[in-house]
Amino acid sequence: MANIDVTHEEHSVHDHGHHDDFHDEHHGDKYQSGFITTYIFSMDHKMIAKQFLITGMFWAIIGGLMSLVFRLQLGFPESDMAWLQPILRGWIVVDPATGIGTLDPEFYYALVTMHGTILVFFVLTAGLSGTFSNLLIPLQLGARDMASPFLNMLSYWFFFLAGLVMFASLFLSTGPFSGGWTAYPPLSALPQASSGSGAGMTLWTVSLVLFVVSVLLGGINYITTVLNLRTKGMNMWRMPLTIWAFFVTAILGLLSFPVLASAFFLIMFDRGLGTSFYLSEIFVGGQALDQVGGSPILYQHLFWFLGHPEVYIIILPAMGLVSEVLAVHCRKPIFGYRAMVYSILAIGFLSFIVWAHHMFMSGVNPFISNFFVIFTLIIAVPSAVKVFNWITTMWGGNIRFNAASLFAIGFVSMFISGGLTGIFLGNSAIDIQLHDTYFVVAHFHIVMGIAAFFGMFAGVYHWYPKMFGRFMNDTLGKIHFWITFAGAYLIFWPMHYLGMAGVPRRYYSFTTFDAFAHFEAMNQFITVAAIVVFGAQLLLVVNFFYSMFFGREQKTRNPYGATTLEWTTPIHAGHGNWPGAIPHIHRWAYDYGKDGKEFIPQTTPLAEGEKDEGH
Amino acid sequence: MTLFIILLIAILIYIIFIQIGRVTDLARNIRGEERTQTAANNANGFGMLIFMPLFLGACVWSALYYKDSMLGYGPHSAASVHGGVLDSIFDVTLFFTGIVFIVTHIALFWFAWKYRGKVGQKAKFFAHSSQLELIWTVIPAIVMTFLVIKGLDAWNEATADVGPTEVPGKDYIEIEAMGYQFAWQLRYPGADHKLGSRNYQLIDLANNPIGQDWNDPKNYDDFQPDKIVLPVGKKVRVRILARDVLHNFYLPHFRVKMDAVPGMPTYFVFTPTVTTKEYRNRLKNYPEYQEPADPANPEGPRRWETFEYELACAELCGKGHYSMRRIVEIVSEEEYEEWLAEQKSYFAQNIMGTDADPNKEANLKKMEAEKAAEEARKAREAAQKAAAAGATTSVGGMGTTGTTTVTTGAAGGTVTTIGTQVGGATSGGGTTVEIPEGMTEEEAKKKGLLKRIIEKGKDKVEDIKENRADRKARKAAEKAAKEAENNNN
Repeated sequence: MANIDVTHEEHSVHDHGHHDDFHDEHHGDKYQSGFITTYIFSMDHKMIAKQFLITGMFWAIIGGLMSLVFRLQLGFPESDMAWLQPILRGWIVVDPATGIGTLDPEFYYALVTMHGTILVFFVLTAGLSGTFSNLLIPLQLGARDMASPFLNMLSYWFFFLAGLVMFASLFLSTGPFSGGWTAYPPLSALPQASSGSGAGMTLWTVSLVLFVVSVLLGGINYITTVLNLRTKGMNMWRMPLTIWAFFVTAILGLLSFPVLASAFFLIMFDRGLGTSFYLSEIFVGGQALDQVGGSPILYQHLFWFLGHPEVYIIILPAMGLVSEVLAVHCRKPIFGYRAMVYSILAIGFLSFIVWAHHMFMSGVNPFISNFFVIFTLIIAVPSAVKVFNWITTMWGGNIRFNAASLFAIGFVSMFISGGLTGIFLGNSAIDIQLHDTYFVVAHFHIVMGIAAFFGMFAGVYHWYPKMFGRFMNDTLGKIHFWITFAGAYLIFWPMHYLGMAGVPRRYYSFTTFDAFAHFEAMNQFITVAAIVVFGAQLLLVVNFFYSMFFGREQKTRNPYGATTLEWTTPIHAGHGNWPGAIPHIHRWAYDYGKDGKEFIPQTTPLAEGEKDEGH
Repeated sequence: MTLFIILLIAILIYIIFIQIGRVTDLARNIRGEERTQTAANNANGFGMLIFMPLFLGACVWSALYYKDSMLGYGPHSAASVHGGVLDSIFDVTLFFTGIVFIVTHIALFWFAWKYRGKVGQKAKFFAHSSQLELIWTVIPAIVMTFLVIKGLDAWNEATADVGPTEVPGKDYIEIEAMGYQFAWQLRYPGADHKLGSRNYQLIDLANNPIGQDWNDPKNYDDFQPDKIVLPVGKKVRVRILARDVLHNFYLPHFRVKMDAVPGMPTYFVFTPTVTTKEYRNRLKNYPEYQEPADPANPEGPRRWETFEYELACAELCGKGHYSMRRIVEIVSEEEYEEWLAEQKSYFAQNIMGTDADPNKEANLKKMEAEKAAEEARKAREAAQKAAAAGATTSVGGMGTTGTTTVTTGAAGGTVTTIGTQVGGATSGGGTTVEIPEGMTEEEAKKKGLLKRIIEKGKDKVEDIKENRADRKARKAAEKAAKEAENNNN
């Protein structure tokens, strides 16, 4: 180990930690001896975290590129797309007379569907929660690894397999699934209704069932680790907010993803075995089907019973990361730690009883909607508490601006903007008009797309040294932030006006309707902004891989002056995280600026008469 | 080539950014960590400060720029009773959320600037304050309660079905819209105001797109127009169906939206308040509607002149989802009645007397009789025409056509009775049309009273006498109709 700096932290661990019969082997142990066990079938949580992150980045680029293609269609419907033919092949229809290529509508819908599926599941669930839960849960709790490193490895490889299956579906001659990421039957159940609902849908369901397995294996591991492997002194009220967020996220996933799997199994039965769970009285492809008595709305209930917790599965980890990053770089304790924890719990609980707010217009009894409106708008309260607490955390701070803290601040702005439009949509009366319009597109992209990405970026910039022992280039990071921050608003803000004007989402072309046809300029503007913002994300990718080898080296163990445990490990921590003794915890995670000290690590024992703020 | 240049520029920009990044890293080594960080704090804190007015300004400016898209403003006001209420709730919500949006963003960006890191500055140790947290728990809770109550009140009103005592045709009109890939099949109940029963097993794309059951007499007068026409101010219940996959019955101008679900009919009840013509006149006042409707034809009609209410699909239903358009026309009560009179039942046009008709034999007889009556009527009309031609010539000297008689009568202030026979076998013996006192013939025409007469040779009506053959044919047709009815019962 090149950078042995015997610091305050190490003394602290050494003096106050305890031995747990862990044997640190410098030349690897059974977890990391050869190339394959170190980099591929690794059981080390830090490596698995990197695997999740890099796979997530791969999918984010694919999903982002897809959005650019369909944005081109929406912004410049008249333009020639023949130049895309070498990549998209038959999905670009070239008129032999004029040579002008147009995007096939079926493929437009396939792109929209894949963009949604990939971003929601592969990037913002696996890439976000998979990465940071794996990286931070053991490190911040003082654990050697996850409770079951083997299940953890399986979790990644099931995700990888899910990705492979999904990727394969892109190359089917009938095209990938094209019925929207929500896959509502009967469209998704009937190959006669849409060519993407043939083999494309089969692979789509198989892929997502594999993905559910991945989430469950990961989630059960996170929960067990948080409950059982906290180091001595780390009671629940001393855990950083990141861990609280990951913990509640894992519980939500464990309770809701099996319901999604059941929904998919039933749809498989309807497709393959002639059952009628979701099908009734259908005449399609020139003939009447035998199925009667099923209900497409049953699927919607099952889907959104996952689907709504899912948006919190996406946003809670981002909230946790932002809370931590803000506190560290504002040099202040997070304001209202307990209120933050309670609001995470409240949001987690409420997320299970609001699912039908996606279904106000689906034909469910309008009376039922009353309850869902009430619960939905109650969520605004804990969300508001969180926002005010973040802002108050900044008040009176000594803010260190870097890419991580900038993205954390950007997250708060996005969460406010997107959260407030949720108040419109959650109110069923207004939702009559806004449902399935661009207003919804703007809302969820800002509040759970962009905001979750910002939380993820804050996390990547902040914990990059923990992953690779080097810093990412911060100037590039700041450029990345400013382009993305302004650009994301430029993309999604105008969509609110489209939505208010009534323009429905998932339209291949707006020219059929007089009411929707007159926003060409706005659509072009959005498309250009989207291309620029996507281009800015490549800065992150370049920065990420460049810094891995050439970035500024991390010289001290605790470069940010943070209180939490992950910064007490060696810079290049091996398996087991702490050589020798494992640290003990004596205080909560947010003693910044207390008693005139810049920060007090969690490993420092309480002074005589000192009160632990966490209690 | 342009693509290549754009790519080249993009790559250059990347290289510039990356070089800036490397230079600042070097500078960090030379200037030291602390000074670099302070400079970054100042620069980015200032960035936040500048971003605040730019961002909030752009938000407000764009809202003003696109105010005509806002719910309830200008040309985008609802054209239904419940729509106005929804628009007002939208505005109230916009008011509250707007305040929160601006205040929190000012605080966020201002704090970012004000508390940017400085050498020697100490952060406050301020971990919690129960009072503050109580305040920002209670205030949102109160505002939310207010919005929930207002919203749910409107929601339950807007989604209520027609009452059990309300009578179709009298208290409301019931129509049906069935979504399929990729269009809407519309159905009106006809004179009985009741939609006949249907069964998806009976659907036949060529002859029975809805799957109507021809054993149900309620189906006989149902007709299938290609647009929705509704009278202003009358409650409408739309029964919404789907034939294959989910669709959504979406009328943006009326704030109506409801999924069409296969196997489960849904409904939406609304009352249009503005006729198409009135809405067009409203749009006339906005410059964007003064643009030509067809950009290729700058001299052609303006956008407001060609405006139509539209029916769209708002639930992804496959590759033609974006093209499921139907026109919705809101007209006056009289125009509606007139339109209704023009519609022909699907059964009569396509089914009657075919193999699909359960009363084929009887109906065939009836149709033959009708046909005979029709021929007789035609012959008679030809005779009339010939006679009329003669009459026109005879009165031609007065400088007008044969309508003179009528006009004079009306102008004379008496009620002129014009007896004529129209509709052949189906009408009884001759329709009498009265032109009310004080109304000229022109006005009467406009009201539609004289329309039929005018179409069918409008003059010399007093000379017409029902001839015997005609009467015979009519009697036979009536008899056949009665028999058909008996068979049905």
